[in-house]
Amino acid sequence: MTAAPLSAGLARLRRARTRHRARASAALALAILAVAALTLSIGHTVTPPLDLLRALAGAEVPGTSFALHQLRLPRAVLSLLSGAAFGLGGAVFQTMLRNQLASPDIVGITSGAGAAAVAGIVLFSLSGAAVSLLAVGGGLGVALLIYLLAWRDGVAGTRLILVGIGMSAMLQSATLYILSKAPSWTLQEATRWLAGSVNGAQLGQALPLLAALAVFGTAIFLAARDLEALRLGDDMAAALGVRLGRVRLMAVLAATGLVAVATAMAGPVAFVAFLSGPVASRLLGPGRAPFAAAALTGALLVLAADFTGQVLLPSRYPVGVVTGLLGAPYLVYLVIRQNRRGTPT
Amino acid sequence: MTAAAAAPQRRAARARWILLLLAGLAVAAGLSLAIGARSVPLAEILSALGGARDSVGEAAVALRIPRTLLAAAAGAALALAGAVMQGVTRNPLADPGILGVNAGAAFAVVAGIAFFGLSSVSAYVLCAILGAGAAAAAVYAIGGIGAGGATPLKLALTGTAVAIALSSLTTAIVLPRGDIAGTARSWQTGGVGGAGYDSLRLGLPVLALGAALCLGAARGLNMLGLGEETAKGLGSRVAATRALASLGAVMLCGTATALCGPIGFVGLVVPHACRLLCGADHRWLLPFSAIGGAILLILADIAGRVAMRPAEMDVGIVTAFLGAPVFIWIVRRRRAGALAQ
Repeated sequence: MTAAPLSAGLARLRRARTRHRARASAALALAILAVAALTLSIGHTVTPPLDLLRALAGAEVPGTSFALHQLRLPRAVLSLLSGAAFGLGGAVFQTMLRNQLASPDIVGITSGAGAAAVAGIVLFSLSGAAVSLLAVGGGLGVALLIYLLAWRDGVAGTRLILVGIGMSAMLQSATLYILSKAPSWTLQEATRWLAGSVNGAQLGQALPLLAALAVFGTAIFLAARDLEALRLGDDMAAALGVRLGRVRLMAVLAATGLVAVATAMAGPVAFVAFLSGPVASRLLGPGRAPFAAAALTGALLVLAADFTGQVLLPSRYPVGVVTGLLGAPYLVYLVIRQNRRGTPT
Repeated sequence: MTAAAAAPQRRAARARWILLLLAGLAVAAGLSLAIGARSVPLAEILSALGGARDSVGEAAVALRIPRTLLAAAAGAALALAGAVMQGVTRNPLADPGILGVNAGAAFAVVAGIAFFGLSSVSAYVLCAILGAGAAAAAVYAIGGIGAGGATPLKLALTGTAVAIALSSLTTAIVLPRGDIAGTARSWQTGGVGGAGYDSLRLGLPVLALGAALCLGAARGLNMLGLGEETAKGLGSRVAATRALASLGAVMLCGTATALCGPIGFVGLVVPHACRLLCGADHRWLLPFSAIGGAILLILADIAGRVAMRPAEMDVGIVTAFLGAPVFIWIVRRRRAGALAQ
């Protein structure tokens, strides 16, 4: 008797929730457009919207075309794509390990990709796609190593995070070691890169990122249902028919690939992978793991942080410093909340 | 053999180990004088030590003596601080680096240089001690929130979070300031290359005071090891022990950071290694750790000088390479549940 009204109520709730999520995602996309427009029109000089549109359409606008096509557009594109890759990769890790602290920038996967990239640049004078490949290899190698080291009758999230913290310390030292071998004129550049920066972006850098987002992103969205089930715990997921090993391996490969390519292109932009997932799920409210929204949030974060660092602050900061300043208090807050609850969030 | 008969034997064994460690320290210091990024013939070093002037040997010795002294002092301070922190928090993962204390000291010094134009060593030391103390208090307060108090997992995570947060802030302060980048870069990894007698003279009394506080708390730390309730029942003043020992540890690692920059993992590795030699009795463990830390940091510094001749590698990089695997090993050895308790 009460079943009909109850199910109707549930359906209504579910519809309301879906509407809310759609609205939140749309708002995110709009915010990205707005910040991208700001980034494109404000730099050393301010470009009027009409000139901007004409230059974007391909017309030659004196004084604007160069700044737009050589400087601002590559910068915005690189911010957007690397942010999306960081955000999506981070959210996959957090969902799979059921712990927000298990994001690739905290457990050392970003450090691994960074160390490999720096080694490639400094020791073997590589560039372009070779560096990306090396970074992916480094990230995967570290991910695998952490997984193996944390393995003892299965992988416990806490042990994995602690092992990752240790790995991260070692890899950062390795990066510093390689950098200290670098000729001194590359040091400034290398320090900037290490802080995470989209300075000197080129449109060519977008290609590896686009490829990574297309391949790994598709893989993640195809497996989204299975990843979703992992949130219920391994036993429950297995009972629901999820092939744990295969899904986990796929997710680790895809997420590491995304984060590593983004690291190779923009440097280890601090905390974007860590922040995007939680922020996205806060925006969307409870429900399914917010993969698409996390990618959008990551893109928005990097775009907005870069704009802030370039225009709004008294001196120019690389984007990673701004995201670091945003992410650091949130990290501490998260630890406080996690401690208070007594269970990992 | 009865327990009563075993005790003197154990004491003799420990005394033998102490003598061996001291001999090891002497050997390490000798090596540190003889080996450098630039190879100087041993005969020249010896004649310079004998008083010869105006030789390459003299130049090398003039640089290497304060450097060796600083490495020994900082290593001893960090290891002692680590042993005390492990005792106070009853946490096997405690280390001034992992608990964010070194990052706090480094941040305070960089902020002092950037915003208040500090330039004297005594100001650095004061700033670093304040920063270290604030970071330690914050980490312990946050880590102690919630059920179960400050468990190893919570403290390590909180310390790492605070350390990451502080180093982000440090980078933000340093990057746009080209004028202080050179000075401040040394605050990202610790090194003992720039040692001088002036800074040593200022730092040593503070280190001595900190060490005295720590060593004085050894008996109290033993009691604390039995558990808080038991310690209270046995008449130990738990709060006083904790406060004094923590103050001493903060002074030690703050000063060490002010003199050399942040150096991680020495405070983690050395006490664990020393426990294998002398057991968990803090009256022995603390001096063992101090000597062991001095040896480790001197050897790590030598390795850093030799690894990439003619350039040098900061000792902080070497200790991370040595220490991180030990950290992972300790994490692996314990059950997941034990870390969260």
